[in-house]
Amino acid sequence: MNEPDTLGASLTRSGVSRRSFLKFCTAMASLMALPPSAAYAMADALNRAQRQSVIWLSFQECTGCVESLTRSFDPTLEQMIFEMISLDYQETLQAASGEAAELARKQAMKSSYGKYVLIVDGSIPTKDGGVYSTIAGISNYDMLVETAKGAAAIVAVGTCSAYGGIPHANPNPTGAVAVSDIIKDKPIMNVPGCPPIPSVIAGVLAYFVTYGKLPELDHIGRPKVFFADTIHDRCYRRPFYDQGKFAKTFDDEGARNGWCLYELGCKGPTTYNACATIKWNGGISFPIESGHGCLGCSEPNFWDKGSFYQPLPTPLADNAPVIAAATLGGIAVGTVAAVVSRKHQADISTKEEK
Amino acid sequence: MDLLQFARGPALTWAFAIFVFGMTWRLVGILLLKRRPDYSEPRNTASWTGAIKLIITRSWPHREFRKRTIFGLSVGYIFHIGLAIVVFGFAPHIMFIRSLTGLDWPNLPNAVIYISGAITIAALIIVMGRRLTNPVMRLISNFDDYFSWFVTITPVVTGMLAVAHLGARYETLLAIHILSIALLLVWFPFGKLMHSALIFISRGTTGALFERKGASI
Ligand code: SF4
Ligand code: SF4
Repeated sequence: MNEPDTLGASLTRSGVSRRSFLKFCTAMASLMALPPSAAYAMADALNRAQRQSVIWLSFQECTGCVESLTRSFDPTLEQMIFEMISLDYQETLQAASGEAAELARKQAMKSSYGKYVLIVDGSIPTKDGGVYSTIAGISNYDMLVETAKGAAAIVAVGTCSAYGGIPHANPNPTGAVAVSDIIKDKPIMNVPGCPPIPSVIAGVLAYFVTYGKLPELDHIGRPKVFFADTIHDRCYRRPFYDQGKFAKTFDDEGARNGWCLYELGCKGPTTYNACATIKWNGGISFPIESGHGCLGCSEPNFWDKGSFYQPLPTPLADNAPVIAAATLGGIAVGTVAAVVSRKHQADISTKEEK
Repeated sequence: MDLLQFARGPALTWAFAIFVFGMTWRLVGILLLKRRPDYSEPRNTASWTGAIKLIITRSWPHREFRKRTIFGLSVGYIFHIGLAIVVFGFAPHIMFIRSLTGLDWPNLPNAVIYISGAITIAALIIVMGRRLTNPVMRLISNFDDYFSWFVTITPVVTGMLAVAHLGARYETLLAIHILSIALLLVWFPFGKLMHSALIFISRGTTGALFERKGASI
């Protein structure tokens, strides 16, 4: 096949109609708050674009991120992502195994050197020479460093590759770190979430293919288009928060009336993600709509910020022993102070008597 | 560990420890002080009624001084009541206290809290304005007065900024708010804020003495 592997050609080959392609572009443009004209520009650019070569490395992870993407309940979305990219290496999805798989990675690296996008999910163990997770006998650390060399950009998908995630949680037995802790000389975009919303992954890929660069990022590397607002900023229960109406248990009257879940531990006010606007499962709902507070899954260290059911403004540590010890200490010092002063008083009175 | 984790974690733990240690130290130290023996014949034996009476009567302006003190007193009352509403009426504060003590009570609507907070800040600014402009007040003010004012107004201001999401990200504002409370707790037992406990002890003692002597309260 001599024709260049453009996205347009590949879409035609797989029978995706222009109508659903435009629908996808419009949806992506509106998700990223781009002007309406951008949808056509995006369609045009994507149509002519070469399919983006992507190498996807999975390290210490649960495959939830890939599950999220491939079970997005939105066949168009899933199809578009896989049409948009040429997924040259992905351990879960590829047919090849063993040496053939490694060869595929090497080949993809060689043929698109400097141009491929490297997607990473999962954290990278660094303790004991990185032995806790290896692929084909190569440690995750070495594979990341080697593959990152030829990448045009890196997308860290999921909280584990973005910030260390669950493997990084205290006491972090494998010394797990994020991609950005290791790779310093490449543009890195974090798409955190446990897992991330599929349309967000699709959106940022569409952006990269259309504009040839990463979108604007926030201070911890997340695309601002999706991570500028907190869940709380966009939460439909917000009016109840503002009125001070809180559900106290998961099945009390407040919960049935859809009151705010702050008291039940909702981390929405400190969590930047697009769940409240884009929602999950093709826009059906999101966790808070199902009656459970936000866990803060798109934030660094979300696993180490106290119980998921502990309200945000409460102390993290169990302070009772410290308070008890401080009380005893205070009583002791106060008693000593009183004894000293009594003695002082007595001395003065005896002096006066004399 | 981010700033909010630090504030909710070690900062609060240390603040609680210092607060509780300081409070018990000072209160036990004062309560165990030797009283001078009183050999006179008591006029009234149930002196505790005098203690309660004086705590109440001294909380009200004396008729003779009413004109001169009413302004300062009213502003003082306004910010004390405002503070109480904000501290004990705001749902997140109740959650905070409940997590420490297990006590729980219904919260006030947030609108009431916001208005009280704003009034409290205004009243606190007025008292500081008075302190700075009145030459006598300025003369008798020391670092303790200014710093105690500062650690009182800061949590109210940072709390208002946090609920309004003004000036920084919510998590940063919430962390600063919690840190400002930690500072308040640390300063509380050692500065003039201690009056909140000592005022009852000193008035009570005086009242009991008056009652014993049969003085009018
Ligand atoms: S449910 Fe959570 S995100 Fe929604 S308003 Fe309440 S605290 Fe905010
Ligand atoms: S609502 Fe919160 S915890 Fe749930 S997926 Fe969204 S960011 Fe993660």
